[in-house]
Amino acid sequence: MSAVILAADDVNVAQNVGFGIIAAIMIFAALKVVTTKNVVHAALWLVVVLSGIAAQYILAAAEFVAISQVLVYIGAVMVLFLFGIMLTRAQIGKESDLNNKGWALGIPVGLVLFGLLAWVILDAFGDDILPDSGPTPTVSLSDQFLSIYLVPFLAISFVLLAAAIGAIVLARKD
Amino acid sequence: MLAVNFLLLAAALFAIGVYGVIARRNAVMVLMSIELILNAVSLNLVAFALMTGAVDGQVFALYVIAIAAAEVGVGLAMVLMIYRNRKSIALDELSEMKG
Amino acid sequence: MLAAEALELSSGWFLENAWLTGLIPVIGFAIIIAFGKKLPMKGAEIGLASMAASLVIAVGAALQWVQRTDSAEGHSEEAFGLLRAFGRSLPSATEGEAEPFIPPVVKTWVWWQNSGLEFGIGSSIDGLAVLILALVAFIALLVQVFSIDYVRDDRRYTHFFAAITLFAGGMLIMVMAENMVQLILGWEIMGLTSFMLIGHWWEEEANSRAALKAFFTVRVGDVGLLVGTAIIFFGANQWAVDNLDSNGFNIAAIQAWALSGEANTQFLLWGAVALFIACIGKSGQFPLHTWLPDAMAGPTPVSSLLHSSTMVVAGVFLVARIYPVFWEGFNIGTGGLSFIAIIGSITIVIAALLAFVQDDIKKVLAYSTVSQLGYMMLGLGTGAWLPAVFHIFTHAFFKCALFLCAGSVAHSGSHHSFDMKKDMGGLRKKMPVTFWAWIISTLALTGVFPFAGFWSKDEIIDNVGANGYTFLQWVSLGGAALTAMYMTRATYLTFFGEPRGAAAGHGHDDAHAEEHEMEHISVGAPEPRSLSSAANTQHGGEGSASDEPHGGHGASAAVDGSDHHHDDHHGDHHGGPHESGKLILVPIVILVFFAIVAGFANPTPLASRFGEGVEVLKTYVEPRPTPVIIEEFLATGPGESVALTEASAVVAAESGEEGGKKAGCGFTAPEPGTACFFPGVSHAEPKFTKILLSLAVVAIGYALAIAFCVSFYGRRNPKLVGLTERNTVLRGGFLFLKNKYYLDALYENVIVRAIAHPIAKMAYWVNQNVLDATVNGVGIGTRKTGQWVYDNIDQKIVDGAVNGSGWAASEAGHAMQPTQSGKIGQYGALLFGAATVGAIVLVLVNVS
Repeated sequence: MSAVILAADDVNVAQNVGFGIIAAIMIFAALKVVTTKNVVHAALWLVVVLSGIAAQYILAAAEFVAISQVLVYIGAVMVLFLFGIMLTRAQIGKESDLNNKGWALGIPVGLVLFGLLAWVILDAFGDDILPDSGPTPTVSLSDQFLSIYLVPFLAISFVLLAAAIGAIVLARKD
Repeated sequence: MLAVNFLLLAAALFAIGVYGVIARRNAVMVLMSIELILNAVSLNLVAFALMTGAVDGQVFALYVIAIAAAEVGVGLAMVLMIYRNRKSIALDELSEMKG
Repeated sequence: MLAAEALELSSGWFLENAWLTGLIPVIGFAIIIAFGKKLPMKGAEIGLASMAASLVIAVGAALQWVQRTDSAEGHSEEAFGLLRAFGRSLPSATEGEAEPFIPPVVKTWVWWQNSGLEFGIGSSIDGLAVLILALVAFIALLVQVFSIDYVRDDRRYTHFFAAITLFAGGMLIMVMAENMVQLILGWEIMGLTSFMLIGHWWEEEANSRAALKAFFTVRVGDVGLLVGTAIIFFGANQWAVDNLDSNGFNIAAIQAWALSGEANTQFLLWGAVALFIACIGKSGQFPLHTWLPDAMAGPTPVSSLLHSSTMVVAGVFLVARIYPVFWEGFNIGTGGLSFIAIIGSITIVIAALLAFVQDDIKKVLAYSTVSQLGYMMLGLGTGAWLPAVFHIFTHAFFKCALFLCAGSVAHSGSHHSFDMKKDMGGLRKKMPVTFWAWIISTLALTGVFPFAGFWSKDEIIDNVGANGYTFLQWVSLGGAALTAMYMTRATYLTFFGEPRGAAAGHGHDDAHAEEHEMEHISVGAPEPRSLSSAANTQHGGEGSASDEPHGGHGASAAVDGSDHHHDDHHGDHHGGPHESGKLILVPIVILVFFAIVAGFANPTPLASRFGEGVEVLKTYVEPRPTPVIIEEFLATGPGESVALTEASAVVAAESGEEGGKKAGCGFTAPEPGTACFFPGVSHAEPKFTKILLSLAVVAIGYALAIAFCVSFYGRRNPKLVGLTERNTVLRGGFLFLKNKYYLDALYENVIVRAIAHPIAKMAYWVNQNVLDATVNGVGIGTRKTGQWVYDNIDQKIVDGAVNGSGWAASEAGHAMQPTQSGKIGQYGALLFGAATVGAIVLVLVNVS
């Protein structure tokens, strides 16, 4: 992978270095999420991955998405996960049986999937260079939301409402 | 920067997420793995938005974030209900098949 | 004369803020729903207050519209004083054209936009809009006052007021609509709330069925509304964008487009047809009128609001609002026999005939409404725009009064029964106020001078004839006579004769239930007993005791009637019949007052004597068929006085009659740069002989009907009683009417099952005759072959194959069994694994 990066001309070196460091941390953290024996640790490693994604968004000139990522995922979703873990009385320490019996099946599936994706990506976008771009103004996003993507926007509002009501109905004790 | 950087990172996260969904036994952990998959997709969308210069990809990334929030909310509510009924959220114990 | 002096059109707060009339009831609805039950009057006060506020604003807007029109008049007076001086002797077609078009006061906000198309919401106020706004708010307010007492102690009292408030709000939103989308919004709000109100007592199955029937029948028409709006949009949009800086949903743009002479005839024709189908559904025109009488299942205030000024008028209003589309689409201007006129005249006659065989007083009124709506449609379909709108106006008052009278009778006189034959009669002494209110409203409805209906209905009949539709004029005259007859019958049965059933003071627990069972008429039974013979039997049973009306004879008000229903849902039991309370009588009296005087809003026959000033509606409501210079029209913004130069009016002066052929708006295309918004409808010259003729027709109707009623219901003339049983032709006609022309049967049995039944029958026939025969023939021929096949092939080869395949399936199932473990992780692995494999295959196929 590094060979590919260095082989390209006129690439922003600092950006690439930053990307590489963050990507390495993210992949390590993601692996810890799916391998650690402690549920709470898994949740905390997930925070690292999600923060890394937010950082990558900033590198990709998507400030507003990055902010939303931090607010929604790290702010809200993670709190939900921690509550879920606590309310289901997971052990705070190590747990021995977090994996299925057939867990090993996941390794070949994951590897084959990654290999396939990597091959297709390199085949299709092998030497496409991303343009250097300033931050995307939030106005342009909101223009899209309130014009051509208005109907999906309304639809998603209903989805969120339905999810909120559904969650209350499901989790209510009676 | 090269487009493949983002795409390969996303592919790696996706594959790791798939492994998590398959291997994990705890329902909350499976939900976390699904979050990894969703984030990989969002990353792809944002990368393509940068590549094409249109903001549509970012719009869709925001939609994915909203959907993910809804999905986690409902998913965890379901997990809570399963836990309340069975005192366990181990997915392999949910089977009621006789085979 | 051609001084470029500007016309200052005045505006005003009420005109600009008339949108509040629609908003206030909607807010009122929300408040009633949220807090109604905690309020001291259980939400009724919010409904009343919101209606009163809407009424104040609507009346203020009406007054300011009059000012606005006058402010234009003042200026045109000097320019066209000469023309106006001769006005009386000129033909009416040119008379109105001298006056400038008064642009509506428009105030809109962008509701939503999609791909460059803006949908506005707001108000567009012109003469027609203020007339109907004020009318709706006024009637709705009175009906709510009536309801306070009428539905007191109902278990859903609060919800009733919420729904009826929103209902009026829906109508107001529709009336003030500036574009078709808002019009559809208001239209659908009414559809929904009418469903809620008709099914108010949904615990009884008949009521919820009626609500569903109303909803679905109207929905059939609503498809036409959506399709028609779409057709008109695609026809008008480009023109509207190019010329008026608007879009194809804007009503003003649609009007101007239709009259521009550039409109595609096919778009106009099919758009008009589709939109009129919507009006057929909503306004209960033939053949979709069947929901209206069933809608009587709702509480009486609902019926009266629905049938006087709101729901059913919506369709007529739609036609009046975008009249240019129908004018051009159906060639009304050139005297074409339009779809609207045909449907309208059919409706007049068939609904009036149906009213004769109803026993339920509210159903008589319902069919009467259908018939009167037919008049309005006939007027619109033959170019008599103003008389039709005028008839909406007058009809609202007397029909609402009639319904409220019926409610008053049921509330206090007949023990919540609406059955005229079983539970009414002789009530005129017991309920004098209700009686006189009913009589005056009936005279107004039948068009007796000088009550309201006379002015409007005669106008329609007169104009239909003057526009060249002689046959339809006779049809409508006949309809007027029929109206007089069925109303006489209803009046006689309700207020005259001897008290029967509950009206005679019998409670519901009368011991003569069996007798009543016997008399119950089963419609469509193998040997149906006619209505008149049933009445005969009933009377015979009462015969000797006729001079003691409170005796325990006659048909009782048993609760088994499928033809009649009871409003008795709150279980208070009165004694004998008595006059209703003040809250019920006051609205009736107010309405009756208007039923007397409303006709003087536009008394055309008086114009020749007292000057045109008396024709208030003609001056202020009818839009002027004058071309407007588009640039000036576009400058008509909200909140500012508009300057119209005289040039607009000058264009008008040049049009007019050209060589005996009609010219001007609606006949010839307007000059480039100008637009018309209303076609030049003609007005008939009132003639004394015509008025006498129609009054004579009504009088004959009355005379015949009174003579019949006295001899048939009063004296039981043996020649008449039982005639429908003895005479086959009459009996056939009676049954035909009694079954409402079998239209319901047609819809439910024929059309609904049209697909299922013939196909099933055909399939059965094919099965019996073709397949069976073939099978039999082939069967005999093949039996011997079969024997041989059985012996050799079946036993050896096929059995072997079957057994083999069974064994293979069983083994495969066992082999696959572990994959269906019920374990989610395993399923996930299979899912992703299979997806990966599939992706690999796809990639390999595409690469190579």
